[in-house]
Amino acid sequence: MIKNISNLGDAALYCDFGSDVNKEINSKVIKYFKNIKKKEIEGIINLTPSYNKLIISFDLKVTNYNSLKKIIENLELNKTEKLESNIIKIPICCEKEFAFDIKQLEEKLKISETKIYEKFFSKEYFCYMTGFIAGLPFLGDLDLSLKTKRLETPRVKIPKGSVGIAEQFCNIYTFESPGGWNIIGNTPINVFDKTKEKEPNLINPGDTVIFEKISKTQYEKYND
Amino acid sequence: MTKNYFEVIRPGINTTFQDLGRKNLYHIGIPFSGAMDNRNFILANAISRNKENTPVIEFAYQGPLLKFKGEKVNFNITGNVSFKLIKREEQIEGNCYQNYTLEDGDHLDILSTNNSVYGYLAISGNIDVQFQWNSCSINTKANIGANDGKKIEKDQLIKILDTHSHNSNRKLEYINSKIENIRVIKGTNFNYFSDEGKKIFFEKEFTVTKLTDRMGMRLEGPKIENIVDTNIKSEGIIKGVIQVPADGNPIIMLSDHGTIGGYPKIGVVISSDYDKLVQLPPGSKIKFKEIELSDAEILFKLYEMETQNLVSKIK
Repeated sequence: MIKNISNLGDAALYCDFGSDVNKEINSKVIKYFKNIKKKEIEGIINLTPSYNKLIISFDLKVTNYNSLKKIIENLELNKTEKLESNIIKIPICCEKEFAFDIKQLEEKLKISETKIYEKFFSKEYFCYMTGFIAGLPFLGDLDLSLKTKRLETPRVKIPKGSVGIAEQFCNIYTFESPGGWNIIGNTPINVFDKTKEKEPNLINPGDTVIFEKISKTQYEKYND
Repeated sequence: MTKNYFEVIRPGINTTFQDLGRKNLYHIGIPFSGAMDNRNFILANAISRNKENTPVIEFAYQGPLLKFKGEKVNFNITGNVSFKLIKREEQIEGNCYQNYTLEDGDHLDILSTNNSVYGYLAISGNIDVQFQWNSCSINTKANIGANDGKKIEKDQLIKILDTHSHNSNRKLEYINSKIENIRVIKGTNFNYFSDEGKKIFFEKEFTVTKLTDRMGMRLEGPKIENIVDTNIKSEGIIKGVIQVPADGNPIIMLSDHGTIGGYPKIGVVISSDYDKLVQLPPGSKIKFKEIELSDAEILFKLYEMETQNLVSKIK
């Protein structure tokens, strides 16, 4: 299922599953990721699944590229195991004060604000991967009419909880960070909780996310 | 047991607690972190006769000014660092890689790292820090690790536990050598760049800019032209990866890097050169030199051997 394995530097395997981005390819990546993680193979120190790649970092003191490549190529996947997938509801408030880029999006996409939100909230989203910053989920796919570029100049600060769209994907900023996605709302939910060492992420690869629009009052009362 | 602690009179520019970092968290977006210069971290703990993964204080450029309160504690500093021990009766100019003793009321003034970036302060004992995911390493961008994930601040107290009073004269003769070329293995998107761009990458000089921190090192030089796409589908990153965004200037990912990135990877710095790379201050000129994987693996073995030899030479 891995199309090609090459080296990324001297301490990582670069596993290529193809160039397309879709649920099918990503599910394969996640399946490999979960299987390898479970096997606790000696020397592996990090796994990074993404849309269609899996990067396996290892400790060069313990193993090397050729030996680990052999292990991964001959890996027997546990076929019966089903991928765990949770459905997670995320409330979003879309008041102007949170949706910095909605006006610009109306112009860029040539669709009214009402229509943008209608299309955005009518879909369920698949979590392809988490990362960049801790716990940030990459979700997709947006309705084709909402496909848009990143901001030309990224913002220096995007507030925690901001929900952004770019290309055919959406994300949630888990804490204040720089970023270039078009912000259309904000969630009061804590998507990353560093105090929960075992499960800090609310959303994990393979999960389904359903967004729900809430009012300003509901937003304010959410964490009471 | 007596309470031993440091009072932070001046925190320095970027002073944090670090150890060997945290593993197996890239998939949720948490980078490795840990001491930037691994060898100097290992040596600091070895001179202090600590276990290998004991938390130390890492500082950059200007270090902290600390007042010691308590009974007695041994410490040493590694890197290329100017520091002074201010005692009631005398001032001592400190040497790196050598143990000293602090007594109640003494000050330790870590003035600067010389022609380098990071230095390490190890105490013979344990610093009282919180651990997150089995590591104290502070990542100030994600606020993860000891000290609520924040830099060490003025007036805060750093408590020292379980001091052990080993031979305070332990030392090592060692001078950090500078690196001329950074050796690089071609990246997975090497062919995104024009022939001219590839040539520039391996032949021309690049300058380390001020926009360099624990997350990344931004370089400036002749532009590296991309002929395929200035973006890739976002995928994992590891430390040492050299990305080239649309402006043509390379960025090297360092220990606190974002775990996912969408710029083409032109190369990856080999493991044995990482410690020396991170010690290059802004303004330094660097050149990249292409190397094969098998040679990089041999160089890493030599690097490891040299570190072990240094540890065994401590007297």
